[in-house]
Amino acid sequence: MAQATAGKATGANLPFIYREYSPEQLKQALHKMYLIRRFEEGAEDSYTRGLIHGTMHLSIGQEASAMGICMPLTLDDQITSTHRGHGHCIAKGAEVAKMFAEFFGKTTGYCRGRGGSMHIADVTTGNLGANGIVGGGLPIAVGAALTAKRTKSERVVVSFFGDGANNEGAFHEALNMASIWKLPVIFVCENNGYGMSTSTARSTAVANIADRAAAYAMPGVIVDGNNLSEVAEASHEAVKRARAGEGPTLIESKTYRHRGHSKSDRNRYRTKEEIEDWMTNRDPITLYETQLQEFGVIDQAGIEGIREAVRQEIADAIEFAKASPSPEIANLERYVYTESL
Amino acid sequence: MDQPVRELSYAQAIQEAMAIAMEQDERVFLMGEDIGVYGGAFQVTGDLVERFGADRVIDTPISELGGAGVAVGAAVTGLRPIFEFQFSDFATLAMEQIVNQAAKMRYMLGGAVSVPVVMRFPAGSGTGAAAQHSQSLEAWLGHVPGLKVIQPATPHDAKGMLLAAVADPDPVMIFEHKLLYKMKGPVPEGYYTVPIGKAEIRREGRDLTIVATSIMVHKALEAAKTLEAEGIDVEVVDLRTIRPMDTQTVIDSVKKTSRLLCVYEGVKTLGVGAEVSAAIAESDAFDFLDAPIVRLGGAETPIPYNPELEKATVPQVPDILKAARDLVSGRR
Ligand SMILES: Cc1ncc(C[n+]2csc(CCOP(=O)(O)OP(=O)(O)O)c2C)c(N)n1
Ligand SMILES: [Mg+2]
Repeated sequence: MAQATAGKATGANLPFIYREYSPEQLKQALHKMYLIRRFEEGAEDSYTRGLIHGTMHLSIGQEASAMGICMPLTLDDQITSTHRGHGHCIAKGAEVAKMFAEFFGKTTGYCRGRGGSMHIADVTTGNLGANGIVGGGLPIAVGAALTAKRTKSERVVVSFFGDGANNEGAFHEALNMASIWKLPVIFVCENNGYGMSTSTARSTAVANIADRAAAYAMPGVIVDGNNLSEVAEASHEAVKRARAGEGPTLIESKTYRHRGHSKSDRNRYRTKEEIEDWMTNRDPITLYETQLQEFGVIDQAGIEGIREAVRQEIADAIEFAKASPSPEIANLERYVYTESL
Repeated sequence: MDQPVRELSYAQAIQEAMAIAMEQDERVFLMGEDIGVYGGAFQVTGDLVERFGADRVIDTPISELGGAGVAVGAAVTGLRPIFEFQFSDFATLAMEQIVNQAAKMRYMLGGAVSVPVVMRFPAGSGTGAAAQHSQSLEAWLGHVPGLKVIQPATPHDAKGMLLAAVADPDPVMIFEHKLLYKMKGPVPEGYYTVPIGKAEIRREGRDLTIVATSIMVHKALEAAKTLEAEGIDVEVVDLRTIRPMDTQTVIDSVKKTSRLLCVYEGVKTLGVGAEVSAAIAESDAFDFLDAPIVRLGGAETPIPYNPELEKATVPQVPDILKAARDLVSGRR
């Protein structure tokens, strides 16, 4: 089957991840990208059935971006995430069962039912949290990087944010401080073309978000955010630089969200054709899967195996969430302050 | 009022007010995030961009501090901006321009300018949007001299007070509870205003005064109906404006009923209820009180995501019923 083409690109010709990672790790990456996709679909479905309330922002279509950035990160490294943060959370290592439990508002959820989708976090795997405030995570990441530097740890911090966030003051202030203090932080702009309904062309004075890196004297790198290898390569480079004490990098990962902004979006600001094109021709999972087969890393049966494993994992996670207890009203005012011992 | 009256939703009433203001006055324009083709996060601006064009219904980048500041700058130089925050929580990003600039510019310049800016804030909990999208921050702004802060509770008032705000020469902050947007009520056609700084008695009664704001007015009215059947006659005062506060209406009401219950969604301590209570304590109405004043406000916690916890965080009708019964029966 696929092995036939494996010899076509060898050695230096191989895309970055094929040189850097073992076949097992490459399959793991596909597994996680599927886990993100199916998690989002499961969340969407549960929302439609009324099991989840509020709103949510799905990252379907942006899986390669979350995964590629997290590939060179260790468990000790940290991230700050966004309202569109389910994928980041999974890519960094969170368990989907505890994420679903959070979305269902249960005590077994990562935030004990207090945070929900928009505040999903798993501090144990280094995710300092999604954020309801656009741009809110950037200065926090800089602070975490300050800690890393002060404590002489090897840790790096990644701050994910959207294209819309680059017009908040917090973005500019954060990049500047990270640069003057040469902090081990990587700013990852997931540019999906729109901040809610407003295209970057209408919101942003520069053609590329990465162009703004120049103003803060750091490298600005543009990658195809739907190409796992490209994203991972840029992340490796930035992580290396950060760990070496050379300071921050701004990575712009160009991607697309297949779904509307949130649960209340009529998609009136973009065309059906545009959405269709991204879904059929530039789906990050399809692209990666095809490439893996092309290089003989996996065959169709292997892919089916991953899909089935993920399907089961998601089904189990939803069951776990459903069966978990809700918080007690009597505990309403817990966690506002640190409980004294 | 002799204008024909129809049923409109609270959101439609605001939209109509903005359309009338823009038709009447070239200087009026709208600014905010996703208020154009998207129609606003809560569909309040709706299709206005089609009627008035993108020059007067301006989508800003996600830049609250800058956006609010641009509105202040435009206002001080002769335009009449209506600035929409996507959620009232994001006022926190724009506090500098609201508190240090808009509120103080006229004063600092010795009266040489005024700042006729209107800012709209979709506020409150009940949508499952958790801690950063559900707050009631009106008391924050109510603390700032130079600002006027209003909380219309009905479609009628939403339209009339917005038109009053546009006509007002000073900065007016409008807090709109998100759960009210779909509520319908009678709204006159055409232009009219509802004065800023005047409370409204929504229901007359003799046994107890409930002073409520925004969505709590409706919960208080619902409770009053139940209490009526129990022989408790409740007067409901809709405060409508928290700065400048119409304390006289509250004082007169308390003198009549001798009991006061304040109901508001913002966090209980250091909020609107404290100010209303103090107004009574400092007035001659104090001598009329037959029972201690009671406040029902938001719990001392951020708004939780879990729907049951969320509900428990803000006053609900059963809480009002219990507080009212306790007050009237002397259990407090
Ligand atoms: C300070 C602030 N302003 C506005 C919003 C409302 N809002 C939430 S997400 C969003 C769009 C964000 O766009 P982008 O940063 O590109 O992220 P994307 O949704 O595309 O992933 C907006 C306007 C918010 N949550 N916080
Ligand atoms: Mg975006």
